[in-house]
Amino acid sequence: MSTDSKKSPNKLIALEFKTSTFSVPVLMLLTDDLISIEQQLKEKVNQAPDFFKNSPLVLDLQNINKLSSIINISALVGIIRKAGLLTVGLRGGNVEQNKQASELLIPVYSALSGSVLAENKKEKKSSPTPESKVDEKAGVIITTLITQPIRSGQRIYAEGDLIILSQVSAGAEIIAEGNIHVYNTLRGRALAGVQGNEDARIFCFDLQAELISIAGNYKVSEDLDKSVRNKPVQIYLQNEALIIKDIVQPH
Amino acid sequence: MARIIVVTSGKGGVGKTTTSAAIAMGLAKKGHKTAVIDFDVGLRNLDLIMGCERRVVYDFVNVINGEATLNQALIRDKNCNLLYILPASQTRDKDALSQEGVGRVLDELKKDFKYIVCDSPAGIEKGAHLAMYFADDAFVVTNPEVSSVRDSDRMLGILSSKSRRAEQNEEPINEFLLLTRYSPERVKLGEMLSVEDVQDILSLHLLGVIPESKSVLNASNSGTPVILDEKSDAGQAYADIVARYLGEERPHRFIDDKKGFFRNLFGGK
Repeated sequence: MSTDSKKSPNKLIALEFKTSTFSVPVLMLLTDDLISIEQQLKEKVNQAPDFFKNSPLVLDLQNINKLSSIINISALVGIIRKAGLLTVGLRGGNVEQNKQASELLIPVYSALSGSVLAENKKEKKSSPTPESKVDEKAGVIITTLITQPIRSGQRIYAEGDLIILSQVSAGAEIIAEGNIHVYNTLRGRALAGVQGNEDARIFCFDLQAELISIAGNYKVSEDLDKSVRNKPVQIYLQNEALIIKDIVQPH
Repeated sequence: MARIIVVTSGKGGVGKTTTSAAIAMGLAKKGHKTAVIDFDVGLRNLDLIMGCERRVVYDFVNVINGEATLNQALIRDKNCNLLYILPASQTRDKDALSQEGVGRVLDELKKDFKYIVCDSPAGIEKGAHLAMYFADDAFVVTNPEVSSVRDSDRMLGILSSKSRRAEQNEEPINEFLLLTRYSPERVKLGEMLSVEDVQDILSLHLLGVIPESKSVLNASNSGTPVILDEKSDAGQAYADIVARYLGEERPHRFIDDKKGFFRNLFGGK
């Protein structure tokens, strides 16, 4: 028997790297008072214990760092664990907090985007002001145009706006950080403003979607009124409620 | 230039093997040297439908593993000498297939055959993936019911993203819709999706509709592809499909309720 695995046509492939996008709840901390945090977290979890059980969670420290509070990451992670949740990331932390998180084997994310901070990027991050980052983002308008049908099981993620000229089948998922335009029948799931842009909108030629969402506010097919189905509509967010309106407004 | 056709569906039991047998026979009858391969390793059926189960010596996996030559494994059809069958192995599973091995066998077949029909197993796992990976044309077999349509849609997504043509940025696979087990009476009663409904969801070029027919079961049981039963509606429907695929213009049949037509004609209800 040959032991040269390179030559064997039946070589077992042990692994494969793939990129996937997950939506994970983010816990925004507004105080460094661990006792209040523990108490209120417990209350929240008790409202929907099954939903939260072993759910992954990303900690966001942006707000408390603005107040220049000091918080013990290790104790905080312990509280979260006790509430039945799993901390899978930290964002908006300062150098000290990031270090503590790394020691606890918790990945550190940058404050604005979801990308993982590499060690060498850390220093860079502290220098530019937030405004320049926003400008940088606004300067590049990334629009993704798709002309092929999006079939069941397919997933499209656009960092900016997403324009689709063909149908989106049931069981397909289209996700954009910006707006979504579907100039055909929308039967699948459409999620706009997934990074929290509440001004994002969804436009479609024929609404038959399984789910629509803007900045995390969603409606499933069952919640869609008959009066908005099967016609051209736009969907936007107003006071945290999804509004569905005919694109062509009667005068 | 040889063309590789995959007969696929996602869902099981919709008529992939019946279709593979029928169109392979139809193409061979039209004078094209054709091979039909059973990719359903572990659940082989094609040899039964083709009536050659008692002549299987070597199979697809043997050829991939180099335990037999292609010529030893190919079985010549008893009805048509331009048609050859490459049976699946019954004692192995889909892991016995490798992309490199399948590619090698198909390349060898391409030298000698005009059409190579790949009968895909159900599902979207390895067997189905390899059956469609090298395809030039895809026949998507769908029954007029929602779960079959959904699975076909899923399969179309895979064809357009995971095939060799997609990966190498070549011209995409030509996709055709075959609607099988169609019953105009039941469509009329609202028990079945209509051709229009399915077309609306899949937006795909319709190659033909095969009516629900006793002759299909009879043909399977007797091991003769239904296309050879020229008197049967299903046999004629498959003959139309082969002709259309080869570029002939033929009007669609078996879509309307014939009985209904006569009923209307004679003023009955």
